[in-house]
Amino acid sequence: MDFGFAPIETRSIDIDIFDSRILKYVIKYEPSLLVCLSCGGCTATCSAGNLTDFNVRRMQLMLRRGETENLQTEINKCMLCGKCLLVCPRGVNLRNVVMLIKKALVIYKNQEK
Amino acid sequence: MIQKNNEHIYTVSKNYRKEIADDNYYYARSCIRQNFYPGSEVAFLNILKNDLGKNVFDDPRHTTCTGIGYHSDVVPFDTIQTVVARHFALMTENGYKNFIASCVTSFGMYIEITETWKHHPEQLEKIREYLKKSTGREFEVPQNIAHTSDIIYKNRLAIAEKIKYPLVNVKTGKPLKVVDHIGCHYAKMFPDQGEGGAEFTQVLQAMIKAWGGATVDYPERRHCCGFGFRQYLVQANRGYSLSNSKKKFESMQPYEPDAIITNCPGCSMFLDRWQYVMNEMQGKRYGANNSLIPVFTYEEMAGLVLGYDPWDLGLQMHQVDCRPFLDKMGIKYDSDKMYKSKAGKIIGSYTPQCSK
Repeated sequence: MDFGFAPIETRSIDIDIFDSRILKYVIKYEPSLLVCLSCGGCTATCSAGNLTDFNVRRMQLMLRRGETENLQTEINKCMLCGKCLLVCPRGVNLRNVVMLIKKALVIYKNQEK
Repeated sequence: MIQKNNEHIYTVSKNYRKEIADDNYYYARSCIRQNFYPGSEVAFLNILKNDLGKNVFDDPRHTTCTGIGYHSDVVPFDTIQTVVARHFALMTENGYKNFIASCVTSFGMYIEITETWKHHPEQLEKIREYLKKSTGREFEVPQNIAHTSDIIYKNRLAIAEKIKYPLVNVKTGKPLKVVDHIGCHYAKMFPDQGEGGAEFTQVLQAMIKAWGGATVDYPERRHCCGFGFRQYLVQANRGYSLSNSKKKFESMQPYEPDAIITNCPGCSMFLDRWQYVMNEMQGKRYGANNSLIPVFTYEEMAGLVLGYDPWDLGLQMHQVDCRPFLDKMGIKYDSDKMYKSKAGKIIGSYTPQCSK
């Protein structure tokens, strides 16, 4: 029956189904990600973001929430120019983060959670 | 917290004990309750007058408090204060000092406004002037403002003495598991105005325990039912409302409650109606054995344990069928009389959701 509205899926993280493998892999090899304060400087200066809808903060949010289904599409928009590294006030190596996500996606592609 | 016979009893902190008047109440009805569950308010008046021998005045000149309009940004604060001042004027004219509200939204408004007047006396003077100019009336601020569930809470043991059908499953002899849901505006806005505060509100669970039932503590117990006026008034936003109730239902599902009891008009309506909607929309049911969970107001629950006729309490107006719960309590009822008026005329027909 169509009521003209529908329940909204919750955005809360369910720790029973949360896929943290890629996040753990990235933090293991690029621990600087832990000091990110989500200022958005990277997103504001991003060359790819100027031309596409690439959003570094969204990428990180997806990573941290374990929403890995669309992560591949998202990081493919990055052109690895490294401007985000220059503006980051906490010295997070975001280019390496993108590269590590690419690697992790390949490693965990066919593995069970 | 006291542990006794493996049961945790939360004592009410002295900071969250509420003064509730004993007798002589001016009764303020709720707008939406009279449409959703018309038997509840009648049951309340009958219980108070006939079973407990209290003096309560039900004033036909009383109007809406305009709380829905206020919370939807349609009615300005000065306007609602003047409307509320008129209610207080009616109370004063009739010689009462204890004000009781049937609706949790109204109760929250009365408290919000009287608190405002305490901290801003100039606001009180302004409203006195507005009321005088618009209606010629004058008013006194009530000595005691309580929600009607507070009154039933205060008299729960007196009701327990007259109990006819305790909240016990007649087949198994075990207490019936009842989920209590407190309206947000009852104690979340002013925690000292709710018995037990916002976290450990006693008002409904004390009734359930006094009448022989067992309460269920589940993770989303304090979550809003989703009524929130703006979430419901616009059809496209109702998904927000539905999602809130869904979250609660999913959280209470593993505990297999026999019933839900609420003290807020909106909560009764939505916890009842959204079960029907979820069933129609996604085929999901949250009660034991894939059933729906009946929802009661505290007056209906009090009426049931006192032995009132279920159809006099208006249980046929519920979206979720209440009869499985009546069977568990061992209450006799006549399904043929469900939709008949006192004169025996059929007033409509509807197949309640549950057994379908």
